Amino acid sequence: MLGEGIIQGLLETARNFFGSYVEKDRLVTVQYPEQRHPLPEASRNFPFLLYDGSEPEAGLRCVACQICEKECPPRCIHIEKSKDKKPDFVGKQQFYPAVFNIDVSVCMSCQICVEVCPFDAIRMDKVFELSTSNRFGGLLWTKRELAKSNEYYQKIHPTEAAECDDRREKELAEAQAKAAAAATAKAAQAAAATAGAGTSAASANGASGNGAGAKPAEVPAKTTVTP
Amino acid sequence: MSVDEMVTLEAGPGEIMEVSMGPHHPSTHGVFRMDVRLEGERVVRLKPVFGYLHRNHEKIAEHGAYLSAIPYTDRLDYLCSMTNNWGYVLAVEKLAGIPVPERAEYIRVIVAELTRFQNHAGLVGFLLQDMGASGTPLMYAFREREKILDLFESLSGARMMCNYMRFGGVRVDCSAEWLEEVRQLIGRLPRFVDEFEALLRANEILMARTQGVGVLPRELAINAGVTGPMLRASGVNYDIRKVDKYGVYDRFEFQVPLGDHGDVYDRYMMRILEMRESVKILEQALRDISDGPIMDPKTRLRGLRPKAGEAYGRIESPKGELGFFLVSDGTMNPYRYRVRPPSMINLTILEDMCLGQNVADVVITLGSVDIVLGEVDR
Repeated sequence: MLGEGIIQGLLETARNFFGSYVEKDRLVTVQYPEQRHPLPEASRNFPFLLYDGSEPEAGLRCVACQICEKECPPRCIHIEKSKDKKPDFVGKQQFYPAVFNIDVSVCMSCQICVEVCPFDAIRMDKVFELSTSNRFGGLLWTKRELAKSNEYYQKIHPTEAAECDDRREKELAEAQAKAAAAATAKAAQAAAATAGAGTSAASANGASGNGAGAKPAEVPAKTTVTP
Repeated sequence: MSVDEMVTLEAGPGEIMEVSMGPHHPSTHGVFRMDVRLEGERVVRLKPVFGYLHRNHEKIAEHGAYLSAIPYTDRLDYLCSMTNNWGYVLAVEKLAGIPVPERAEYIRVIVAELTRFQNHAGLVGFLLQDMGASGTPLMYAFREREKILDLFESLSGARMMCNYMRFGGVRVDCSAEWLEEVRQLIGRLPRFVDEFEALLRANEILMARTQGVGVLPRELAINAGVTGPMLRASGVNYDIRKVDKYGVYDRFEFQVPLGDHGDVYDRYMMRILEMRESVKILEQALRDISDGPIMDPKTRLRGLRPKAGEAYGRIESPKGELGFFLVSDGTMNPYRYRVRPPSMINLTILEDMCLGQNVADVVITLGSVDIVLGEVDR
């Protein structure tokens, strides 16, 4: 019969229209900004820098190794390495970023900086309402805007942050064990030196080397990227 | 000029009028222009003009490391970032001889079929919108598409620019809860396809509008290198999932729907039928997926240096054969990186489908090709 197909289609629209009052599955949207969908835990937007302790810029985990700067596909990260060093969380002397800028208007939220960072220093944020009236400066984030605390990280990505904290605790414990082993070895060496036996000193050195286990922090720049 | 004079400007009988459809025209799905010559309402010549969205994709990829090209492939066909990732990582895996763990292969199939589903749902919505079914089908299509994008977001972190696959596996593992969510969603999807099909399939106006319009003959489709649902609508049984059996596609039972006439209606129905087959594949993949690693442990993502050589990886993307051709000279970045974009090659045949048709049919013929300008222009 002519028109049967049209009626059939209209029945579908009617079913969807009335169904939307009772079935959540048929609802099309929510009334943003009054209503919001909760963001999933994995959701990502732009990078931020993690810091430990209470001082945002002084406590940055970043050691200015510049891996993220080299690997960033749109090249939106700019880092200048410091002249001096400061101890990191395991007490090793490391550089720190004198300048760390991310041009968020260029960033494409790909998360590659996070993946390549060996120091757990950069992570992805979830904030997305970032409009600004300042066209050039407003989206060029410096260290000050980028620094976020570890507590904030634990809040936005709980599972990921827990893994990260575990890993760092292990590293710290290993570093402490290594330091303790080195101290005992040194004491033994001193004792051996006073006793005048050279062979025992060599074996003590070997023991301290084996006690290291994992390297506390992998030193970067093994590879170079041609621009 | 007075209003009367403007009215008399129309072309007389036998006169040729040139119309530039686009680049800013809602029916062109982006910035795309068609130089159309019309004799009355009839198309006598059509020249597709593209390149407005050219972003130098291939050169950018050649200047970066192998890893840094993956997020750029998301932006090729921005509706199907997962399948784009897959095409590229498949080429790199072939080039460097990287094995992929089984669980990663299954996850890839799941996300690729979800991508196919949401692409086809979106395309059908847009196509019906082009035909004048304003809003309603598109709204239903996007409602379902949104559910799939939510799943992508909770898996990879982003709705559309997923950047999910890596050579040697996938970036993050999916949880059991995520798989359960997919299972629940695909339980509901067949009902959506049924309703979506019933909405307009038998609609007399739609049939009159699309049947026999924009016909692409079988031989021409083969000769022009057309692939994907468009080729199958012309009756050619060619699906790279069946031909190449890349990934673990040889383990699934599914059919390749074929059309008879190669007109716009067939191409529309092809998408509906493929959505059903995608659901079938998803059900099997979710049933068979097993635990295990998701990344090949030996693969170095950063600083990958494949041996000198070349490789071509191709997959059946929702739009057709998406291929990546890579040449390595043993350094950190590809010597040559070439994309075979399905929508661009499918688009080159537009003139042959439109000649002799009415100008209004150009719009729906273009809509049935399924183009995304990000991929056409790259």
